[in-house]
Amino acid sequence: MHDRAYLSTRKGLFELQRTAAGWEPGPLHFLGEPVSVTLADPRDGALYAALNLGHFGVKLHRKDAGSDTWTEIAAPAYPVKPEDSRDSVEWKNKLIWALEAGGADEPGVLWAGTLPGGLFKSRDRGQSWELVRSLWDVPQRAEWFGGGYDTPGIHSICVDPRNSRHLLVGVSCGGVWRTENGGESWTISATGMRADYMPPELNENEAVQDPHRIVRSNGNPDTLWCQHHNGIWRSSDNGHRWDEITGVPLSNFGFAVAAHPHDGGTAWFAPAEADQRRIPVGAAMAVTRTSDGGKSFSALRDGLPQQHCYDLVYRHGLAVSDDGRTVLMASTTGSVWISDNAGDSWQTVSNTMPPVYAVCFG
Amino acid sequence: MARLIFTQQLARFTSVPQVDTGADRLRAGLDSAFAINPLLRGYVLDEQGHLRDNVVVFIDGRRSTDRVKLDDPLQPDSTVYILQALSGG
Repeated sequence: MHDRAYLSTRKGLFELQRTAAGWEPGPLHFLGEPVSVTLADPRDGALYAALNLGHFGVKLHRKDAGSDTWTEIAAPAYPVKPEDSRDSVEWKNKLIWALEAGGADEPGVLWAGTLPGGLFKSRDRGQSWELVRSLWDVPQRAEWFGGGYDTPGIHSICVDPRNSRHLLVGVSCGGVWRTENGGESWTISATGMRADYMPPELNENEAVQDPHRIVRSNGNPDTLWCQHHNGIWRSSDNGHRWDEITGVPLSNFGFAVAAHPHDGGTAWFAPAEADQRRIPVGAAMAVTRTSDGGKSFSALRDGLPQQHCYDLVYRHGLAVSDDGRTVLMASTTGSVWISDNAGDSWQTVSNTMPPVYAVCFG
Repeated sequence: MARLIFTQQLARFTSVPQVDTGADRLRAGLDSAFAINPLLRGYVLDEQGHLRDNVVVFIDGRRSTDRVKLDDPLQPDSTVYILQALSGG
């Protein structure tokens, strides 16, 4: 059972610690600096923090298990753009948006998703990185566009626990992509999704879908959940096909989703009213949870503010621990809530944190 | 020798040398600083070798406007400041 959690915020990396009295703030790291995402590597206990320094670019730091010292390591960097390139995108790392460990049988392998849409692989714990050209060079990348930022970005990287060479990544806005050979080749895999923000004839174009966040149920790895710009989708065949979940209470709009680590039928969402009004429905905070694969949902509110609440939960702002019961949620207006009973009730950790970009357990 | 002076804001992240260089162009002058601390390069330039959007260079009181070639001439008595551009409120 995890006893630590990490908040990647606009003004630093904040630890939370489980105590007898509940979850409480712990040590701070990089105070004052924007931390876009943090990875707690379950294989060796290392902690990785991606910084997005406003003036000085994207940086990556690692703290090894048992150490108190952070070391700056290489940040993913794009190769020099060919002078004759017709690509309108600048080949510059604007943000590390996703950071994931490779499989248990691939010690040292890390994956990084970035703006403007490049996936990077490290084989040496972040000492060096290589752009995955096979994905960067897919012709459909010319159709990708920004969602949430001015340029496209990879925010979700799902490694298949059964086979580390099988990956699925989510791109806003560029659909879902799968590889079954460790990234040597990629197949677009957003069949079933729908983009209402496009002209009707392009609604089902897989390369322009905006999956806000995709997560895998590791104990039931053929099951993936997606909070999409236009609703909630679920795949039960490892991302080959996506089925829309209808009848979602409150709202089917939002950014975050967390999947139960063992039960493929259970997932949590943090709904917002709508694209054009990104606040909790009725200014009352709620989490929706399904335990039956999306056939029905519970709206969970106990302990969450029910009036004058305008918090928004970003893509990576919701996470569930490996016990399947501890759920952490944090918002762009600095509220942090945690539940020890799968969301049935919530404890407020803080209402005064900096804007939170991402949360994770470790 | 032209003198390069980096903002102390960078000292939060990495060592910031004060460099006297015989280089006669800005890029070569910066390279002489990066030779002392290679980590500094990524804070001042992006991976395409361009000056970062929010970094600004002044040469003898004149703001450098080219962010790509970085071929502004340096005089033997030039003073070059590498600063962070103000942003936000």
